[in-house]
Amino acid sequence: MPFVTWLKRHLVVIAGLLTLSYLLLPNVIVTVFSFNRPKGRFNYEWQQFSLDAWRQPCGVADMCGSLSISLQIAVWATVGATLLGTMIAFALVRYRFRARGAVNSLIFLPMAMPEVVMAASLLTLFLNMGAQLGFWTILIAHIMFCLSFVVTAVKARVMSMDPRLEEAARDLYAGPAQTFLRVTLPIAAPGIAAGALLSFALSFDDFIITNFNAGSTVTFPMFVWGSAQRGTPVQINVIGTAMFLVAVLFVLASMLIGNRRNRQKA
Amino acid sequence: MSTLTEAPPPLASAAPAKKPPRRRGRLTPYWLLLPGILWLVVFFALPMVYQASTSVQTGSLEEGYKVTWHLATYWDALAEYWPQFLRSVLYAAAATVLCLLLGYPLAYLIAFRAGRWRNLIMILVIAPFFTSFLIRTLAWKTILADNSPVVHTLNTLHVLDLTSALGWTAGDRVLATPLAVVCGLTYNFLPFMILPLYTSLERIDGRLHEAAGDLYARPWTTFRKVTFPLSMPGVVSGTLLTFIPAAGDYVNAELLGSTDTRMIGNVIQTQFLRILDYPTAAALSFILMAAILAMVTLYIRRSGTEDLV
Repeated sequence: MPFVTWLKRHLVVIAGLLTLSYLLLPNVIVTVFSFNRPKGRFNYEWQQFSLDAWRQPCGVADMCGSLSISLQIAVWATVGATLLGTMIAFALVRYRFRARGAVNSLIFLPMAMPEVVMAASLLTLFLNMGAQLGFWTILIAHIMFCLSFVVTAVKARVMSMDPRLEEAARDLYAGPAQTFLRVTLPIAAPGIAAGALLSFALSFDDFIITNFNAGSTVTFPMFVWGSAQRGTPVQINVIGTAMFLVAVLFVLASMLIGNRRNRQKA
Repeated sequence: MSTLTEAPPPLASAAPAKKPPRRRGRLTPYWLLLPGILWLVVFFALPMVYQASTSVQTGSLEEGYKVTWHLATYWDALAEYWPQFLRSVLYAAAATVLCLLLGYPLAYLIAFRAGRWRNLIMILVIAPFFTSFLIRTLAWKTILADNSPVVHTLNTLHVLDLTSALGWTAGDRVLATPLAVVCGLTYNFLPFMILPLYTSLERIDGRLHEAAGDLYARPWTTFRKVTFPLSMPGVVSGTLLTFIPAAGDYVNAELLGSTDTRMIGNVIQTQFLRILDYPTAAALSFILMAAILAMVTLYIRRSGTEDLV
């Protein structure tokens, strides 16, 4: 029974690959349906091959505008959350201070809270303050929920850092600023980059918190949500496919660069 | 001057400090913390207080709301919406179990069996994150459509007869049923299960497997007695990272479900954004938060003290 033995030995691999295909199937559908020419308003059924949507990715009213709003918010949310989060992470790892427990829970709680709860309570605050809902309230909300993820990513990296490297820099008469810029920051950089990347992805893709606090501003996820009710243009799939490709290429490129660097060092 | 103390170096004994640590302002950590913590206090903690106060207010949108300590709002909200609460917990629990069952083999594959494919598979797990999850969730409308190959196959194999008997699907449809919603939830939160599982599996020393084999443990016994217990931290954090967002989610129920699959997130969203009944919405949101915090604390305590250490 060679087949049964083979099956037994590779059961985990088969199950794992099945899960992987479950994860990737929607992306395949999104890609395939970006070449569809749907009959009605909704792009859920395959009709015939067409390149129309790829030729005119911005052919739908308001879609590219919402994309640009989402990109702007994601960039600023990333900058804000990365800056504030990195500062907190350094304080947590490098210093001893009062109320450490409270600070830690304040960092942890936003990650353990269902989004809809944070979304609803933030809206209550904005309504009570009479704030004008829009770009700025979205940005405030995004920085808030990205912060904790940056702190976690940077903290992990700074904690694993050998403090002797900084001591060595000081022994070699580097000033505090020089030590930080030439030694500490480069070593912490991968953690900061991971936090920033995560922030960007979280902010760009956020729907629930944004939907509560956006007022009449429409981000890309909100555009998609609205189109699920009104009719889904094929261009949505074009954007989805392009985002997937850009992400894969980006990660592949960074890995290739990393590999080459390692090889040069060796 | 305890505030000056630096974090203890991990290799302190190997690296005797040649100089006393430089004196830094003892306010430095507070300056570093101030902006970020202020942000979280004002835009995370303070809103919770506002929401708590809103939940005990009465009044109307036109005349304004006043705090009247009207706790009956909580009771009424629970009495009216307990089915949606129950549904949220059930769907989220089902999705979490499915995520664990589906995610574990893949995490195991990446950690131990993938070899040089490891990085590629890792990328394929993470990359979908970068395509809007709403677009990917809409793709399930195509996959689970009434005349799709998937549903056709399930029909031919009479699987849908069974699931319909259990109340998971309705007739020969999958879309707009609990099964579709759970399927979407599972799909959306699967990476949150896989990544922590992988992290904890990857830390396991491969020699432990060899040792178990040398001691005549069969592969399954090795898994049950060695691998799985050592991966418990990943199981615990993966479960939490899946269950919490799934229980509060309303996107899958809205896009893939029907009015019979509404979860508590849908109710909160409608009350807040369409009906504008702020006290009820605030009370519901508070109950959800309290319920999840209680469940999470209980779960961490049970799994934390016995298995994590």
